[in-house]
Amino acid sequence: MLKYIIKRLLHMIPVILTISICIFIIIKLTPGEPVGNQLNPKSTAEERAAERIRLGLDKPIHIQYLDWLGRTLRGDFGQSYIYKRPVKDIVGHFVVNSFILNLGVFFLTFLISIPIGIVCAKKQYSKTDNFFSVFSLVGISMPSFFFGLLLIFALAVHFKIFPINGMINAGSETQGFERVKEVLHHMVLPGIVLTIGSLASLVRYVRNGMLDVLHKDYIRTARAKGLSERKVVYKHGFRNALITIVTVLGFWLPGLFSGAVILESIFVWPGIGSTLVDAVNGRDYNLMMAIMLLFAILTLIGNLLADIGYALVDPRVKVGEGNS
Amino acid sequence: MRIFAVKAVPNQEKIMGPWQMVWSRFKKNKVALVGLIILALLVVSAVLAPLLTPYEFDTIDTLSINKPPSLQHLLGTDDLGRDYFTRILYGGRISLQVGLFAVVISVILGSIVGGISGYYGGWLDNILMRLTEIFMSFPFLPLAITVSAIVGNNLPGEYKMYITMMVIGFLSWPGLARIVRGQILSLREQEFMQAATALGLSDTRKIFRHLLPNTVGYIIVYATVGMASAILTESALSFLGLGVVPPTPTWGNLVQFARDSYVLQYRPWLWIPPGLCIFLAVISINLIGDGLRDAIDPKSQR
Repeated sequence: MLKYIIKRLLHMIPVILTISICIFIIIKLTPGEPVGNQLNPKSTAEERAAERIRLGLDKPIHIQYLDWLGRTLRGDFGQSYIYKRPVKDIVGHFVVNSFILNLGVFFLTFLISIPIGIVCAKKQYSKTDNFFSVFSLVGISMPSFFFGLLLIFALAVHFKIFPINGMINAGSETQGFERVKEVLHHMVLPGIVLTIGSLASLVRYVRNGMLDVLHKDYIRTARAKGLSERKVVYKHGFRNALITIVTVLGFWLPGLFSGAVILESIFVWPGIGSTLVDAVNGRDYNLMMAIMLLFAILTLIGNLLADIGYALVDPRVKVGEGNS
Repeated sequence: MRIFAVKAVPNQEKIMGPWQMVWSRFKKNKVALVGLIILALLVVSAVLAPLLTPYEFDTIDTLSINKPPSLQHLLGTDDLGRDYFTRILYGGRISLQVGLFAVVISVILGSIVGGISGYYGGWLDNILMRLTEIFMSFPFLPLAITVSAIVGNNLPGEYKMYITMMVIGFLSWPGLARIVRGQILSLREQEFMQAATALGLSDTRKIFRHLLPNTVGYIIVYATVGMASAILTESALSFLGLGVVPPTPTWGNLVQFARDSYVLQYRPWLWIPPGLCIFLAVISINLIGDGLRDAIDPKSQR
């Protein structure tokens, strides 16, 4: 298993390199001079030239890339233009907030979608099943920002049950347990939008995965030999359906973080998603590069976790021979 | 999936073409038909926009700004006195167009890459599939945000629409490439391909005239779902101000008004209707997609 994981980690290196090259080139292609952004507008031509040399912008692009890569590998992402602080500190600060939001959503979705999916598959075309089919369809068709705005309009503006946005009240100095309660209270609305969005697609996948399995011959055999329905569905059925579910998790997990970009900026949740939007709007190239790289790594880790989970639930997957 | 099936009706000598069969199965699906009708209404109202409203979408009228809905202005006017109903109609034009062309780009790229990869196999297949994998590990939305902001940075507003289309199209082909490749891998071993080789057809002709047309069912289903998500992506980008920008209206950038908390609370007619339009367009396309999947491949029915 360890060998397999190491091998997969090594596989990630060329992918990350390619992604970083793409991001680098895209940002370098930007018309306009990044130096102009960072110096005051009154600077003379000589000052600009000196700054260009200091930042290494006079070198050919591949050397610039290698310089950047070297610095990145040493953990130096440069200075953020809008926050006037090292990019590393800013990203580190905001990524925690994103994790708080997304992990909550992740567990909630996981815990809800599996039982619902199983029930829907067990009673195909029942009222419950039809309800959740419609729910899924509506959920995947609803633009998340619009749903978020509707919730703010109804539950925060009209009935003042939840705060409109942010992660804590402005100027709040609560500590300990009170702080946790305050953050949770702010998390409810963005949490609902994200959870419903993910539930919509996951319930569908769990149900279809389960249905596929329940129509297999070995399930008929299990029933024929007189096993209880419980055993048939949960022991023989669900364990095999897990394979599909884990595959789905593989592309859902990375999507979770990037999908939160829009919601974070609607709910002014101080996570990396909303920071990316700020960085893009403020043309903060160093911050942009760092966040994009982080998103790419998160995506790859999501894929890796799915592959590991795959090997765990399906003994037929031969670990070590790893044809990815 | 083979969509070519011949159904002979006794005594009538009537043969249904494959698409007639798809249509006859599709029209039995009431839900999918409802989707088709909703989408048709949205498309017609977008196409006929100039006939449905006496106003222009960008005529600024400083004498009637921020008017609530009335008989003159069905959905009121915005902060520049533009008739809002008109802006939603024209916004539909842009949103639907961006969705359509984004999908066209991704279908073209996906079929070419998938076709070449599946047909030639070997090292070419290896390189193309690695490339596809890399594209698949791109974080889609963050990348779309960054690219459309950077590329669109110094361009005039009216070009942003094309940038948005291309960004979505160029980032969303890998899924289709994989599906097409998988199909072609099995199709190229079949007898009709041996016949094509025996006839001495060129590779290009074999790929584009014989192999790809056999995967068209998959491509159409993928394209429908792809169009729904392209419309969602465009609306999200435009909502953030990073896709199509005003004065060009799209459903997404019209919802942007809601970021002003006063508008959010007291002028819901400015942001709820365009949001509903996005929702209706996407759900109707998804319904059509589900219907098409069942109609083209009856075996997949659940």
